[in-house]
Amino acid sequence: MLEFFEEFPEMSRVSLRDFKKVIDSAFRSFSRNNGETIESFFDPILWFLIWFEKLLLNTPWPIIILVVAGLCYLGARSWKLSLGSVLTFTLIGYLGMWQDTMSTMALISVATLLCISIGIPLGVWMARSDRVQSFVMPILDVMQTIPIFVYLLPVLMLLGIGKVPGLIAVCVYAMPPIVRLTNLGIRLVDKDVLEAADAFGADKKQRLLGVQIPLALPNIFAGVNQTIMMALAMVVIASMIGVRGLGIPVLQAIQNQYLALGLMNGLAIVALAIIFDRVLQGYGKRLQKGREGNKND
Amino acid sequence: MTDSKISIKGLYKVFGDRPNDAIQNILNGMSKEQLLNKHGNILGLNNINIDVPAKQLHVIMGLSGSGKSTLIRHINRLIEPTIGKVIIDGNNIMEMSKEELREFRRHKASMVFQKFGLLPHRNVVQNVSYGLLVQGVDEGEAKERTKVWIDKVGLTGFEKYYPAQLSGGMQQRVGLARALATDAEILLMDEAFSALDPLIRTNMQDILLGLQKELHKTIIFITHDLDEALRLGDEISFLRDGKVIQRGNPQDIILRPADDYINDFIKDINRGRVLKVSSIMEKETMTLGPKIISSTSIEEALQIIVSSNKGLVTVVDAKGKTIGKVTLENAITSIARSSRDKLKKPNYK
Repeated sequence: MLEFFEEFPEMSRVSLRDFKKVIDSAFRSFSRNNGETIESFFDPILWFLIWFEKLLLNTPWPIIILVVAGLCYLGARSWKLSLGSVLTFTLIGYLGMWQDTMSTMALISVATLLCISIGIPLGVWMARSDRVQSFVMPILDVMQTIPIFVYLLPVLMLLGIGKVPGLIAVCVYAMPPIVRLTNLGIRLVDKDVLEAADAFGADKKQRLLGVQIPLALPNIFAGVNQTIMMALAMVVIASMIGVRGLGIPVLQAIQNQYLALGLMNGLAIVALAIIFDRVLQGYGKRLQKGREGNKND
Repeated sequence: MTDSKISIKGLYKVFGDRPNDAIQNILNGMSKEQLLNKHGNILGLNNINIDVPAKQLHVIMGLSGSGKSTLIRHINRLIEPTIGKVIIDGNNIMEMSKEELREFRRHKASMVFQKFGLLPHRNVVQNVSYGLLVQGVDEGEAKERTKVWIDKVGLTGFEKYYPAQLSGGMQQRVGLARALATDAEILLMDEAFSALDPLIRTNMQDILLGLQKELHKTIIFITHDLDEALRLGDEISFLRDGKVIQRGNPQDIILRPADDYINDFIKDINRGRVLKVSSIMEKETMTLGPKIISSTSIEEALQIIVSSNKGLVTVVDAKGKTIGKVTLENAITSIARSSRDKLKKPNYK
């Protein structure tokens, strides 16, 4: 009797080993049988990523800098930010990080696009149905808290080392904020305004596109922002499974204790993050003009 | 009955779980209190029957909790009734399909809200044209068609402003223009002016009365303010605890309050301003004093009586025919009744 309390009644070692074996071999045979199909499913995304990376790498650097400065101005309407981005990119290039930065930018852009195009519709769907919300919420929790290496393992077994597993790793980690904030934003839309839309006979589409999405935009923008920040944070992890970019030198620096190398590439990631953030925030604020009540827009 | 534009028949609304069981209890004679205590259901509307003729401005007057906002939302079915009918132009709104209901809301009845319900990300023009855009009118044409309404409510020059940049009164002008722009025959106004300052409220009432003279819409106007109800209403329905306790024109309500509750309500009203000479005149065919039209208020009539030396006025109808007389004594008694009422102790629950 005393034994029962002192020792946890655990599974016998043999059956536990068999249990694990069954799972492992089942997944292995699954990946052997379906690996190629799944791989080909991701091909379009891979092609797009490669195409975009090549585009960034093959375009002469002055043009890239001009385009970035132009986008900064279009987004945030700030000369200071444009100038800052020109200086930052020049410095990055001068310190020999141009190619890695372009690769990282390609990865982040594609990952963000992917997250937005899946995340916003999912968030909208969640906002419409409490049942969908109660089903998706725990999945988002798992996506954000599960150790990255744990979900990388099956992905690697299925797809091997390369860009696509890297992209998936980034998206799994970076998508939850946009889903959550889209859901939240739509749920927080003023009920009185929605009622007015109903009273004028708006149908579902007119409600969504004319009222809910525009009014949820500040929150959706915060979500996009978070997604980009989290994607950038995943750059180093992605480099561990063969994605080119600023993460690789950081990884080398960790392995060989190269302080300067790690610092420079790390700061380049930070610089990218700040530029992305300011441009988007500025753009989001401009979309909200008039709402705060200042008379000179 | 046939000439009524809006006809609400036997409308009940029960809030809470299993409303259909609850309504059976009510129909079998259970009281509102018993329903709440036994089943936890709240009876929001209790056998409402109202007929509104076309082109009437019908005020539904009640305090908070009387069910007035619930009632108006049944007319365009923003709230589903438990049982009952709302018949507009011969069609029962409650039997409409989703599409029919949407068409009805787009073209037949528009609404003005207490909290305005404007779209904060759209400027004045875009807000006013909202109803038209929902109908499917293209943006350029909608903009053109809304110009006249923006002008009519006095918002010219503010087209590019956003709602947050406007005062409450201005925002409600936008709300009113938005509702008028769809050319709907029915206008539902849910405490439309209650959120406004007194002076601005009076100003908006003037705008509404002016527009109504020109447009002749069928208007359902919800308010908790008796002065507003008496000023605007062609007819008033008094709502209390989800029930209509009196229905009549402002004169009726003041002269013949149905119960002590309403009596208590109207005791502070300036009767001289609300009552018309037609309500208090004695029949008379001879012309004895200065002529006044039957729709003159007693307040004005008094001034005329006092300034003439006859001690009375002759009342004529709109065609100038003599129909009655009002003496100084009549006029004063009709106004003074209110002070006598004040001494009475109200004994309603």
